Amino acid sequence: MSTELVELGDVPASWTRRHLLGLEDLSADEITLILDKAQAFRDAMGRGRKKIPLLDGLSCVNLFFENSTRTRTSFGLAARRLGADLVDFSVSTSSLSKGETVIDTAKNIEAMGIDTVIVRHRTPGTPHLLAQNLSCSIINAGDGPHEHPTQGLLDILTIRQRLGGIDGLTVALVGDIAHSRTARSNIWGLKKLGAHVIVCGPSTLVSPRWEEVGVEYSYSLDDILPRVDVLNLLRIQFERQCSRPFPSVREYAHLYAMNRERLARTKEDLLVLAPGPINRGVEVTPDVADGPHSAILEQVTNGLAVRMAILCLTAARQ
Amino acid sequence: MSSILIKNGRVIDPSQQVDRVADLLIEDGKIVGFDIDQKDHDTIIDASGKIVSPGLVDMHVHLREPGSEEDETVRTGTSAALAGGFTSVACMPNTNPPIDTQGSVEFIHGQAARANNCNVFVVAAISQGREGKELAEIGQLVEAGAVAFSDDGSPVSDHGLMRRALQYCLMFDKTVLSHAEVLELTGGGVMHAGVTAMLLGLGGIPPAAEDVMTARDIALAEATGGRLHMMHVSTGGSVDAVRRAKQRGVRVTAEVTPHHFSLIDESLRSFDSNFKMNPPLRGQGHVTGCIDGLIDGTIDIIASDHAPHAKEKKMQELDRAPFGIVGLETSLALVITKLIEPGHLDWSGALEKMTINPARVLGIDRGTLEIGAAADVTIIDPDVIWRVDPSEFRSRSTNTPFTGHRLKGRADTVIVGGVVKFSRS
Repeated sequence: MSTELVELGDVPASWTRRHLLGLEDLSADEITLILDKAQAFRDAMGRGRKKIPLLDGLSCVNLFFENSTRTRTSFGLAARRLGADLVDFSVSTSSLSKGETVIDTAKNIEAMGIDTVIVRHRTPGTPHLLAQNLSCSIINAGDGPHEHPTQGLLDILTIRQRLGGIDGLTVALVGDIAHSRTARSNIWGLKKLGAHVIVCGPSTLVSPRWEEVGVEYSYSLDDILPRVDVLNLLRIQFERQCSRPFPSVREYAHLYAMNRERLARTKEDLLVLAPGPINRGVEVTPDVADGPHSAILEQVTNGLAVRMAILCLTAARQ
Repeated sequence: MSSILIKNGRVIDPSQQVDRVADLLIEDGKIVGFDIDQKDHDTIIDASGKIVSPGLVDMHVHLREPGSEEDETVRTGTSAALAGGFTSVACMPNTNPPIDTQGSVEFIHGQAARANNCNVFVVAAISQGREGKELAEIGQLVEAGAVAFSDDGSPVSDHGLMRRALQYCLMFDKTVLSHAEVLELTGGGVMHAGVTAMLLGLGGIPPAAEDVMTARDIALAEATGGRLHMMHVSTGGSVDAVRRAKQRGVRVTAEVTPHHFSLIDESLRSFDSNFKMNPPLRGQGHVTGCIDGLIDGTIDIIASDHAPHAKEKKMQELDRAPFGIVGLETSLALVITKLIEPGHLDWSGALEKMTINPARVLGIDRGTLEIGAAADVTIIDPDVIWRVDPSEFRSRSTNTPFTGHRLKGRADTVIVGGVVKFSRS
């Protein structure tokens, strides 16, 4: 194997985890280790390396109980770039509609020799339930509003690339904080690495109790804009809210959409992030989304690199 | 003429304000008295170092029969009750079909008799089919032997029906046992609506869901003069509402479960469904409120809300797992470990809430060692330290949050109607 491959495949002894369930339980060192590994993969891909066959023979499954195109595709590409085999488990055609439990479904899959299960489910704690009942590696691709660790990591990696580091930055997460797993994972990762985090949105979706864990809250985007280094514009989770916590999309956009007027009142090197898919015109206007402050597409590329890193790191500890 | 002499035990009978070392004599299924001078006994039990109590009464138990025998049956549930030190349980009507007819009450009595373990008293449904619309045939249910009425599992959401229930049960001198919950406020929540729920991204059940309904129930009890009992009180606000209502003379009593004075909502960080119940585990402030209520007498009764669920039901995603945990086999030890040991209650104060108080709410002749009373006696080892191992439970289900906990004290010998039904030695 080439030196490059050896280096990419090296997993430091300090990494001990075979699951990735969330960022809340990771230390700053562990998060940095993942970011460094992801950056290495990113650099390799930048040098034109398409295939990095470190996981030849590893069997993965995308166990997605919730709709997703981009995360599913991203994990799928990550696995295949590494030479692993990946199958997609499609919920609608599965035995779940015949009454099989989540655990039985997963155990059946495990019995087929699967090494790594990438799971997305609407209920917090489902990846944890699987981790307790299976011996595969479990990677959380989003468990309800609880965590989406690879999303948090790719957001943080993007910030690190663009702004040089995380420590001392002021990062604002804007939108439906209450129902956002992206928000929670970002909060844990950013705080561990020394950022000041602000959650911003309507008072029906942002709780003052975030202060109890050291996160600032604000109901006014305009108030906080001048001192923010990074804006992460969360998508309004229409499908996760029970009854509308704000009167209309128009009202939401009026109060919280990132547009050119608002951009004029921010720091010069403000970084704008958004986990996809964006509702153009709702959370962010097209000129901001496609403008120089936006790193939305880099996030996607970084997502691939982060997921490759996670697959390698967790596989090394199976 | 079968007699049992229980010697040298510390007899604590809150109903008679007795707490002293004495010999207790039982004959023909009845209590004869303390320190009776008599020579011949069929059985002698040496209770040195033990506490001799009136048989414990758990007035909130789900036996799951008919309909959910995979969770529990009358036989397995009453067996679990004996192991927990209980000589009487009151079972809830949220079975399938529900207990809302004379036939179903008689069925439970028959199953209990066949099981031949502890006494089973039936709580029948308030409403027909437990649907919360029309009153069940309460008079006939009373005749069949129902001791109280509840739609437990569900609240009585229709205020008019709750008022009618309180008024109607009044003429039979029966108590309405209320499950206080505003369903629109619970709204799909799975745990207490506190910081932990916020951090975990789990739907929260706010205290208001309970407090609003508690206030409604108390107002209706006050207006009608009916007998009201608040089941599984879990919030400081509800404890306070009951306290003030009692001061005003409202005929209300209240119970707290052992898990609500032992555990807090942070336990759910493990996402373990064995910590999921309704009402949910709350924050420390509410736990303190419940303990304060136990201390000052606002909370009259400790009851387990024993809610067995077969293993596969609890081993699901957190929002699909049913609410509820078993409790019969850990209740007494939790009372001792979490209330008596830390000095919140003394033995008499604690046992009162597990004997005469629940007996009075249910209107049954139990919970006392008075002369002539039924010889239901629980002999407790107050000092034994033991580890909770659900595989040793007699309950068919093992859904407990206390696995591995070291607890102090448990029942040693349980006598029902003058017959030793359980003995640990």
